[in-house]
Amino acid sequence: MIMGLYNYWVVVVLMMIGFYIVIAHGNLIKKIVGLSIFQTSVFIFYISMAKVDGGTAPILAEGIKQYSNPLPHVLILTAIVVGIATTALGLALAVRIKEAYGTIEEEEIQEKDNLDC
Amino acid sequence: MDISSSVFLLIGSFLYISGGVGILRFPDFYTRMHAVGVTETLATAMILIGLMLLNPEGLVLIKLIIILIMTLFISPTASHALASSAMQNNLIPKLDKNEVNEKETSSNS
Amino acid sequence: MKDLLSVIMLLGIYSLLSACFFVAMDAVDVAFTEAAVGAGISTLLMLVAITMTGREENPSRHKPALALIVVTITGSLLIYGTLDMPYFGLAQDPVHLHVAPRYVNDSMQEIGVPNIVTSVLASYRAFDTFGEVVVIFTAGMGVLALLSVVRRPKDIVIDSSKIDSFNKCMHEEHLILRIVAKMLIPFILLFALYVQFHGDYGPGGGFQAGVIFAAAIILYTMLFGMNTARRVINQSATQLFAAIGVLLYGSVGVISLLEGKNFLDYRVLSTDPLAGQHLGILLIELGVGITVTAVMVIIFFNFAGRGNDQQNKENSDS
Repeated sequence: MIMGLYNYWVVVVLMMIGFYIVIAHGNLIKKIVGLSIFQTSVFIFYISMAKVDGGTAPILAEGIKQYSNPLPHVLILTAIVVGIATTALGLALAVRIKEAYGTIEEEEIQEKDNLDC
Repeated sequence: MDISSSVFLLIGSFLYISGGVGILRFPDFYTRMHAVGVTETLATAMILIGLMLLNPEGLVLIKLIIILIMTLFISPTASHALASSAMQNNLIPKLDKNEVNEKETSSNS
Repeated sequence: MKDLLSVIMLLGIYSLLSACFFVAMDAVDVAFTEAAVGAGISTLLMLVAITMTGREENPSRHKPALALIVVTITGSLLIYGTLDMPYFGLAQDPVHLHVAPRYVNDSMQEIGVPNIVTSVLASYRAFDTFGEVVVIFTAGMGVLALLSVVRRPKDIVIDSSKIDSFNKCMHEEHLILRIVAKMLIPFILLFALYVQFHGDYGPGGGFQAGVIFAAAIILYTMLFGMNTARRVINQSATQLFAAIGVLLYGSVGVISLLEGKNFLDYRVLSTDPLAGQHLGILLIELGVGITVTAVMVIIFFNFAGRGNDQQNKENSDS
């Protein structure tokens, strides 16, 4: 059973690492890094599900009978590009927060907000 | 064919590992750059020649040759970029041990 | 890890390793995109961001015990959930049984393109790809809204003789880099065009080509300075190109509507349905490539321009 399921466990471990980074660190850039690790672990999940034993890349060629499943490849292609779009927006927000508050540590930003109220 | 290509691939992998060991063990930034820059270019060239021996004809061979030429241009330029930017930002290379002690004592006194 | 620069470098290595993993899983298109986007553009954007937000992280004061407990509970629940999942790599897993055999078997007769991933992306699931292009466009507009610097007219009067003398003294410092870059950038652009148009026969397509094109332009900008790059690449033209890509994609769909078929049905674009599919795939991949290039260039120019203006303001204030 372990040999059949280990790819899911690897994905779960990576996902939890990314999750821990997001909730345990106060620095905004580190949170974005954790989010990126989380995204990549989800890609690994889908792509490992698409693999067929003995198959090759899904490009039609002579003499090849078994292909890997192309459908998750298409979904992950979209997901990678959307991921970088959200990362770019997140980084732009972090830069603006730094200009507005002078810091990108979560606790100091909350203190400054509480002082203003 | 297979034996000669595996020899090249093995030499390339050994050079990569030795470059990695160099990064960990050398004391100073510039010596580390030297270790990686030299061994990495040669190791990539060895691995590409090993792959070329596996595909002796066709479009794949031309693509591998183009990649080899590009790597020979890009990899030394990258090491030069790193080293020259370090030099311009006044990262002083660590010289002989005795000279470093003399510099420390002369700056203290 | 207190140093954010090492964190970002490790993230780049992680992306490259996952790209190698994707190659081992026979997902060559995905590996190409992940290597270009994750190990290239993402690392670059994060580096530009930390030049403006600071390189060190403050030591945190709250204890991570609560976070560890939450993470452990979630992780064990997820692992308990995977005990029912189908085993890795078997050909009779449910994921391989429903729609995928139709794509693999019928793709050659219906569309005539050897790369099954491109045919699914550009023809069977073209609507999803349309949504993706619009998402990229929106991200570019978001970055423009957040980070663009309003240039007053007296800033725009750029003294070209001052720029030329600045370039000449910079030329000495970065001589080797500039010469090698001038030799390499045409090849990078040529490679981007090759990847764009060979997406039908091998790994490639619009996204990867757009990212490689943008990488060549960013290389030029990094070596020759923002002022020279702003003169070479017109900002409003780039924004126009971003919109033109999305419009091209949408108009291919609307043409199919006007001919009486479904949205993005390419069979009506030509007398022979297969030729119509080829033409449709070519046009939309072109639209995707143009938009991705323009948006990546817009994002980088806004990040770097913001940093540049911050530095100029500090220099003029002090």
